[in-house]
Amino acid sequence: MTAKGKIVAVNGNMITVAFDGAVAQNEVGYAVLGDQRLMAEIVRVRGSRCDMQVFDATTDLMVGDTVEFSGELLAAELGPGMLAQVYDGLQNPLADLAKEAAKISKDAEFFLQRGMYLPGLPRDRKWDFHPTAKPGDRVSAGEALGWVTEGIFDNKTMPGHKIMVPFALRGVYTVKEVAKAGDYTVTEDIATLTDANGKDVKVQMMQRWPVKVPIKCFTERLEPTETLETTVRTIDTFFPVAIGGTYCIPGPFGAGKTVLQQTTARYAKVDIVISAACGERAGEVVETLKEFPEIVDPKTGQSLMKRTIIICNTSSMPVASREASVYTAVTLAEYFRQMGLNVLVLADSTSRWAQAMRELSGRLEEIPGEEAFPAYLESRIAAFYERAGRVKLKDGSTGSVTIGGTVSPAGGNFDEPVTQATLKVVGGFHGLSRARSDARRYPAIDPLDSWSHYNSVIEQPRVEKARSILRKGNEVGQMMKVVGEEGTSLEDFTTYLKAEFLDAVYLQQNAFSDSDATTPVARQQVMFDIVEKALLSGYAFKEKDETRKFFMDLQQTFIDWNDKPFDSDEFKSLKATLEKKIEEASNV
Amino acid sequence: MFNNKIYHKIDALSGSVATLRAEGVKYNEIAEIESRAGTSLAQVIKLDGPNVTLQIFAGARGVDTAAKVRFLGETMKVPFSDALLGRAFTGSGVPRDGGPAITENPSPIGQPSVNPAKRIMPNRMVKTNIPMIDLFNSLVISQKLPIFAKAGEPYNDLLARIALQADSDVIVIGGMGLKYDEYLKFRSTLDKSGALAKTVMFVHTAADPTVECKLVPDVSLAVAEKFALQGKDVLVLLTDMTAFADAMKEIAITMEQIPSNRGYPGDLYSQLAARYEKAVDFDGAGSITILAVTTMPGDDVTHPVPDNTGYITEGQFYLRNGRIEPFGSLSRLKQQVNKGVDKFVEVDGKRVNINKTREDHRTIMDAMIKLYAQYKETIEKQSMGFKMSAWDQKLLKYGAMFEEKMMDLSVNIDLIDALDLGWQILADCFDRTEVGIPSKLSDKFWPKKG
Repeated sequence: MTAKGKIVAVNGNMITVAFDGAVAQNEVGYAVLGDQRLMAEIVRVRGSRCDMQVFDATTDLMVGDTVEFSGELLAAELGPGMLAQVYDGLQNPLADLAKEAAKISKDAEFFLQRGMYLPGLPRDRKWDFHPTAKPGDRVSAGEALGWVTEGIFDNKTMPGHKIMVPFALRGVYTVKEVAKAGDYTVTEDIATLTDANGKDVKVQMMQRWPVKVPIKCFTERLEPTETLETTVRTIDTFFPVAIGGTYCIPGPFGAGKTVLQQTTARYAKVDIVISAACGERAGEVVETLKEFPEIVDPKTGQSLMKRTIIICNTSSMPVASREASVYTAVTLAEYFRQMGLNVLVLADSTSRWAQAMRELSGRLEEIPGEEAFPAYLESRIAAFYERAGRVKLKDGSTGSVTIGGTVSPAGGNFDEPVTQATLKVVGGFHGLSRARSDARRYPAIDPLDSWSHYNSVIEQPRVEKARSILRKGNEVGQMMKVVGEEGTSLEDFTTYLKAEFLDAVYLQQNAFSDSDATTPVARQQVMFDIVEKALLSGYAFKEKDETRKFFMDLQQTFIDWNDKPFDSDEFKSLKATLEKKIEEASNV
Repeated sequence: MFNNKIYHKIDALSGSVATLRAEGVKYNEIAEIESRAGTSLAQVIKLDGPNVTLQIFAGARGVDTAAKVRFLGETMKVPFSDALLGRAFTGSGVPRDGGPAITENPSPIGQPSVNPAKRIMPNRMVKTNIPMIDLFNSLVISQKLPIFAKAGEPYNDLLARIALQADSDVIVIGGMGLKYDEYLKFRSTLDKSGALAKTVMFVHTAADPTVECKLVPDVSLAVAEKFALQGKDVLVLLTDMTAFADAMKEIAITMEQIPSNRGYPGDLYSQLAARYEKAVDFDGAGSITILAVTTMPGDDVTHPVPDNTGYITEGQFYLRNGRIEPFGSLSRLKQQVNKGVDKFVEVDGKRVNINKTREDHRTIMDAMIKLYAQYKETIEKQSMGFKMSAWDQKLLKYGAMFEEKMMDLSVNIDLIDALDLGWQILADCFDRTEVGIPSKLSDKFWPKKG
């Protein structure tokens, strides 16, 4: 029996509702406005009244209007049909919304219509179900009943899309009946399970899961030890991300956060990428939308879009669904993790999500914390990143969710609540610096301030050695600004040049160049060997000009080398040239 | 449902906000308040049981507790027809130019956001005939760009020039906190050139009520959207968005909202974004491009208004010392339009080449800026008393020419002429081997002597 209520107050996107019956925190209800129903979520209950955030504009609502509660929490639909979709924060497919709105009027199709919600999974599409479970099998939540083919899950290069026992079922069930191989929609029954008390449960391919609750159908969490290959050299070598790890990218506007996220979405070696455009520009989402279908994923040979899901709640879309969007993204990720896949969630930007919380908290008139962010900001951020992880599943396989979030600190100053709360809980920090982006040194990840707790693709002591030269070179550079080149010793000057060399040929990487945009690990290792040789050699030069000339020349050859296809003849011959140049110049 | 009841008792008045008890009132609906101070419109901004909070557009000054309040049962609307062109209105849509009121086709303001699936990748340039924009940081259809400037810079003159020279179908000017004479200047400048005929102005002057200031972007963009849906390319010029943000701050504080950063409300980002994100190139209709002046209090780009704006917009122009600064200014979308290769789009069923530039565009852009950066370094050396080499002398000559012929905002030339001018300046100052331009291009474009 679900509760009913009446609106008693409206303030922005927040309504207060007097209700009869029982309601739950985070339960979804609908405010009835003529023939429209506006979706809302309970965010606070006090006595017989609850405050609800409405996922649409509240214009025209009146005191006394009816609210119908659903008895359910805000949930995502999980099953076949999610890949290559572009959803809003509440999992409404945007393309379908436009088609539906076109029925109202010609102009209406351009806009997101209030109160229009469509199912996340297509209801009419049929999937070729192949059962794997047999009657009599003992199964529990998350275990496979069968599979269907969907896009990259063609059961050839990749396994099929697993159809699993719904995550919400508790305890062990006996399979009573499984559907024959054949075509079914997501809402048709494909199995009947019997629980310990002999009660039957019908199972469909689609299941619903509350987005703010982590899915926990695994046997144990594993330490994230393996490096996630992003093919961005600075990241993989110096500030690595682990499969199942977390990292954040704070940076001022214009420092290249979004380009870095887009590059990662393109080249990262994972099975699925879920990109949450949370409160950012619509134009950037359009770029991804139009470009990804054209790019071929080397792993599957299919369009990159087929491994991608976009959750797009741009800055002008309702702020309450912006708050929900990051949860929707991570819930979808956890679903694919349950199939034993590696999933990467890219949230751009978590600051906008935090601001959505701040707006909500302000309307609830909660006592504000720092910069008016709510006191629970830190715990919410921590809980979100904690949904990442590498897990061992019930069938013994492993799956993972990796989360990378950008942070947009006010004024570019990292000393603000969202950045600080994020830094406490992530395993990697890729701080973007204005100075680097102004100098067009991209990616603008600050090589001195950034850090990572994960394993690099190069042995740690070697990376440390290179970083110490970077640090020393930077100090010399600072000093040189005061005392000039004349006042610097040749040894220090050489260190400075070495650091600049490392920066120019290895740290900097051109995201818009076809050959340089992506450097697989194998190539990084070869490159690092050469860079290391150049850094650790002593040189017999007598003059600074001579040293500079040597490094400039080496740099030019190295940059040419970066342009050559890996392991091609030109690649090999330039590698030999580089080695020879270094050898000839070194004094040992 | 129309609520005809008239209320006669206001319980509370504070700032521009009034509270009274009323029934059957819709959130965001408009009311009319008649009092000793005259008649004004007001909007419902809060419902709490029987209490209705109204924001009075004309301000609460002189509004008495026995004022007559009538709820109109509908949200704020702006009339829309071609008759708007050439006219000027206040933020609440009252004629400001002595002309007749327009009542046709009232359309609600602050409509829902555009479905990202119905946007297309921007690929057309808005030509302004200002070389610092067209050549160095092209404005692109559907782009949203702020002009960051400190108070006193001639940003309104710049906007007026753009309004005169841009090749858009319709221009909507939204003025916030303008001085009255600035408004008059806008009008007379546009009138003299004939550009007024394709322009609509919504102007809030510094003397008008704060609430009207807050309405200006919504009204301007609602009208722009209507024109765009008719297939027009609309350029919206807003000045000054910091005044808009300050109006929001003032109202939020009166409403006793908890401020987040320097007194601004916590939803400043969302509020600004809701306006800027109206910029769009519709898949199957016209477009809206937004250029918005944002004054930087204390010339500080980390102030909340320019800072939040920078995160929303696609680049920025810095106006310094009366010139668009080539360093720091950036149009993030310029790469979409300055390649100089033929680009065809369907217009009314015909394939039309929309390439408005030439193959040397990017090269000239990069080469001239690099040399200008070197000129700046030379100026520094000169001021420190270093001896000027022959190369330095060339750079000094170049810098002066560049500033006079390209950077001056009164320069009004077509992009192709600007490119030719660029080559001419380079040829006047340097040898063709000194400018770092691939010979393929300089063979073709380097001006012949004599």
